Amino acid sequence: MTATVEEQFDQVVAHDRRIEPRDWMPEGYRKTMVRQISQHAHSEIIGMQPEGVWISSAPSLRRKAILLAKVQDEAGHGLYLYSAAETLGVDRSDLTNRLITGTQKYSSIFNYPTLTFADVGVIGWLVDGAAICNQVPLCRSSYGPYARAMVRICKEESFHQRQGYELLLTMMRGSQSQREMVQDATARWWWPSLMMFGPPDADSPNTAQSMRWRIKRHTNDELRQRFVDMTVPQADALGVTLPDPALRWNESRGAHDFGQPDWEEFKRVVGGDGPCNADRIAHRRAAQENGAWVREAAMAHAAKHPRFAPFSAPDQPDSGRPKVQSGGGSA
Amino acid sequence: MSDDATAYESLADAHGGEERWAFGTGFDDPLAGVDTTVPPGVDAGALALECLALGDDALVMSQRLSGWCSNAPELEDDVALANIALDLLGQARLLLTRAGHADPSLRPGGAPAHIPDEDALAYFRQPGAYRNVRLAELDDDGDFARCIARLFVFATSRLAQLTRLTDSKDPVLAAIAVKGGTELTYHREYAAGWVVRLGDGTELSHQRMQDALEWVWPFVRELVDDPDDRAEFDAVLAQVLRTATLVVPAVAGDGARGRSGQHTDALTELLANLQGVARAHPDATW
Amino acid sequence: MSTPGQDANWPLYEVFVRGKRGLNHVHVGSLHAADPDMALHHARDLYTRRNEGVGIWVVRADEITASSPDERDPFFAPSGDKVYRHPTFYAIPDDVPHI
Repeated sequence: MTATVEEQFDQVVAHDRRIEPRDWMPEGYRKTMVRQISQHAHSEIIGMQPEGVWISSAPSLRRKAILLAKVQDEAGHGLYLYSAAETLGVDRSDLTNRLITGTQKYSSIFNYPTLTFADVGVIGWLVDGAAICNQVPLCRSSYGPYARAMVRICKEESFHQRQGYELLLTMMRGSQSQREMVQDATARWWWPSLMMFGPPDADSPNTAQSMRWRIKRHTNDELRQRFVDMTVPQADALGVTLPDPALRWNESRGAHDFGQPDWEEFKRVVGGDGPCNADRIAHRRAAQENGAWVREAAMAHAAKHPRFAPFSAPDQPDSGRPKVQSGGGSA
Repeated sequence: MSDDATAYESLADAHGGEERWAFGTGFDDPLAGVDTTVPPGVDAGALALECLALGDDALVMSQRLSGWCSNAPELEDDVALANIALDLLGQARLLLTRAGHADPSLRPGGAPAHIPDEDALAYFRQPGAYRNVRLAELDDDGDFARCIARLFVFATSRLAQLTRLTDSKDPVLAAIAVKGGTELTYHREYAAGWVVRLGDGTELSHQRMQDALEWVWPFVRELVDDPDDRAEFDAVLAQVLRTATLVVPAVAGDGARGRSGQHTDALTELLANLQGVARAHPDATW
Repeated sequence: MSTPGQDANWPLYEVFVRGKRGLNHVHVGSLHAADPDMALHHARDLYTRRNEGVGIWVVRADEITASSPDERDPFFAPSGDKVYRHPTFYAIPDDVPHI
């Protein structure tokens, strides 16, 4: 008895095993994965900008090092994710074009400005915290390359959240103006952070199919609730007030009740009309365009000198092993 | 767990435990086990000035390189340039700390008492008190060829300096030089690779790389004082430029020295940005 | 200035890392580079963050010959094929109008 490829696919997913790049997959699954992974990658890359503007003026050398390393991690995460997307047969350059022409989205959270250095801390605490809630379940995504990339990303994200929270704790113990900065930043980023989980379940028509395909494991509202419950005690420990008058513990539910973000604002920002949408895309586009002559030069050089290595010894006789070059041992 | 998970685990493990905040901030302490007392027979004032100059070079260069973060020609180069900037920032922190320890009188009077020496020196000195070479402070104006030309001559000269300093009578400076030398070898290789790719790439890139060399050249003279360092520097440059089909520029500098506090306006702008937040909140704790 | 997408795109390299002694090299992902040396540098920066002591192989993705998940399945004939650049994947862009 031979199962059809579609039945095989369904069985693999139903048994919580992984779909790998060359497996047969329904067209809708492939398209959804390409969209989900590449939008996630775009978010990491665009996400470098709001914090990146503070690298040059970070107020201590330790904070400068942490922030630079963090923004660099985000570039790395973007690359892991583009790499996963490319296993589905798309090209990174095509995906980049879709980003800078606005035909693919990225997380709308990065369209808000960073007004003070406290924003660096709050992004780590709330934005990375929300991202972790979203991403931990993705480590078990049915698509293998995505799940594997997420394992490493989640590991690094936990450092990001902790550095943010530690910065805020330090600032709250500092001067009065620092405490005010933290409170102000918290108030500005709270609602956009709640929006990171996407529209309410009732307005999220694709959730059911995504859960069947095991590329999504919890609904938007479930994850949002988890985030709120996790964050409230952290806000208390920090000594900041979350800007939601409806926020209170509900004994019978064993969870917090909370207000809804302004979903009209969410739609506007997703639709391109947020405070920084145009700047974010223009920044990425400029990097892409200003680098074109460099990328072309490297290809022209490679065509002339395919085995180039700047300081390495002349080619050794082929031993059937990968060539050892000066840059990285192959011990 | 699958093999893949094991590979990720082992990579993450190799990067240390929970004390890390992000990749790149969890380096082993290169001074672990090193006695930080200035040894007898070492001129503490001269040691402090040497550390200050090398620390300023690293800090200012790191600041320029970090400006490339999210602006590089390809995402992989964003990561590479940020790595180099992080290495240099790490060197700057150690060197400024050493300078402040060896000669407490270097600490600027306006610095709040509660901040460490590295931050007092970085954030509360005037441009004229900076001792970095002028090459490091130039604004490359977003030109990747300039970024690479500057990084190449900087890394080449600094590698020669640090290699010599691994024999320093000060064990702290020697330890910093050992760690820094490994890093600089990598920086030089990265930059040299790009000098060659751009020099021997397209007609356009060849011209831009040659122009970029002309741009840095007036500032090369003050990079290397020691004659042995200079010989090594010249040899490496000749080799790489030959491979890159580029010519060694003939322009001379004007003899002004950043080491003596003679700086360009670019440093004033750079420091206004670097120091702005810290100076606006002198009573703050970060 | 070039139009985006019309400049030469760097080829894809697959990266294999030996995390520590006693382990095989394992595929960890891919990256783009113009030449093998650049690929090795980028792999060190990206996948190992320059942790010394680990071993890295980089291989151009289009030089890898791969088996199919199920060789008996006529869907995948011919059996020997490139890893990721399966031609049938190409015709299907994301839900985006023509770019």
